[in-house]
Amino acid sequence: MNDYFNFRRLFVSGAIATLVAGPALAISKGRAIKLVESLVGEISLMINSVKTETELTSTFERIVAKYADMNVISRSTLGPRARGASESELRTFKKAFQRYFARKYSKQFLNFSGNQIILKDTQDRGKFFEVGASIIVDGSSNIDVNFRVSDRSGEPRFFDIILEGISLLASERVEIGALLDNSQGDIGLLSKNIEELG
Amino acid sequence: MLVTACSQAPNAFNNDPLELVNRKTHELNKFIDSNFISPISVGYSALAPDPLENSLSNFSGNLSLPGKVVNNVLQLDLKAAGKNLSRFIVNSSFGLLGIFDPANRIGLYENSSDFGQTLHRWGFNEGAYIELPLFGASNFRDGVGRFVDMALLDPSSYILKEPVTTYRSVAGVGALLQARQIYSDQIDAVLYESADSYAQNKLIYLQRRRFQLKDEANEVYIDPYSE
Repeated sequence: MNDYFNFRRLFVSGAIATLVAGPALAISKGRAIKLVESLVGEISLMINSVKTETELTSTFERIVAKYADMNVISRSTLGPRARGASESELRTFKKAFQRYFARKYSKQFLNFSGNQIILKDTQDRGKFFEVGASIIVDGSSNIDVNFRVSDRSGEPRFFDIILEGISLLASERVEIGALLDNSQGDIGLLSKNIEELG
Repeated sequence: MLVTACSQAPNAFNNDPLELVNRKTHELNKFIDSNFISPISVGYSALAPDPLENSLSNFSGNLSLPGKVVNNVLQLDLKAAGKNLSRFIVNSSFGLLGIFDPANRIGLYENSSDFGQTLHRWGFNEGAYIELPLFGASNFRDGVGRFVDMALLDPSSYILKEPVTTYRSVAGVGALLQARQIYSDQIDAVLYESADSYAQNKLIYLQRRRFQLKDEANEVYIDPYSE
């Protein structure tokens, strides 16, 4: 009797756990792929329609604001220094970083105007999903671009792009870390300085 | 495996006990690039017609194929060995001693390999980061690999005689200059536009190399949500 009861309880709690965890994860995977699908769609549209560099940068900044988890990305680039920073410092930096990011990376897309991007497999990496994509360049040398997507900020957003194995977040952490050193650890000064970079 | 990857992450780019020396070498390499390689590559691509540049790069690349076949075999990757060997035969004959690249047109692409990769397949870890004079970013394993490739595992160097060896060297310089020009935006961004070009170059090299070798054990990912 006791055993039966325990078994039942175990079963019920298991079922609840499945209800809570299982479908949530399943939705996340589907939503992660949807996010990247729609992101890739907007990027394709951008590279095939936008003409000037300023137009490209502003379009890309809009896309980034919509699809990237910029709060988390910008905070991460500051490294341990982010912990001591005030809310307003982080907010100012995020805005400056987002513009810097758009200026710096939108230029990369000019090389791929006319190229098709296809989605490949999506991997469950435990805490996030990695949605694989490939830029089709004739035959031998397709370029792998993976998007790391998480919904831990509330909704699915990408927090890193891996271009041929190279993490954009890792690069920016090194870059912003060095710039922060050059600004004597002053996030306000750093925010001003990166307005002229990228 | 995830746990391993996570716990390794903080150290995966920090295996750099020679950093002080490496940074000096990095400055030397930047000096050589900015004063010689980069300006000469600009002049080369302006003066030499594209077909000539391609021919020199093809010729040099073709003669490096036998060395790649040797490494494919050492890795017991016979499929890749067959591909590279077929490519070498097609381009040496129909491609007029490798000046043209008809193999590419029939989908016979190069399967890149080197002794550093062979050592990786044999289970050697990459070891400490090293920036080599002239050759640039490397690590202990791949630096040894590069030396072994040049000194021991290159059948072309045993077989070729003068003046072909000289032609080969000249073509090799041409290939280097053409590559410097093709990737000039990316190279300039890392070397001359980043705040710490040494750290950025190291980071990019290590990640690209691990990606190329499918070295998943050393794959690093940053989880910005758990910081």
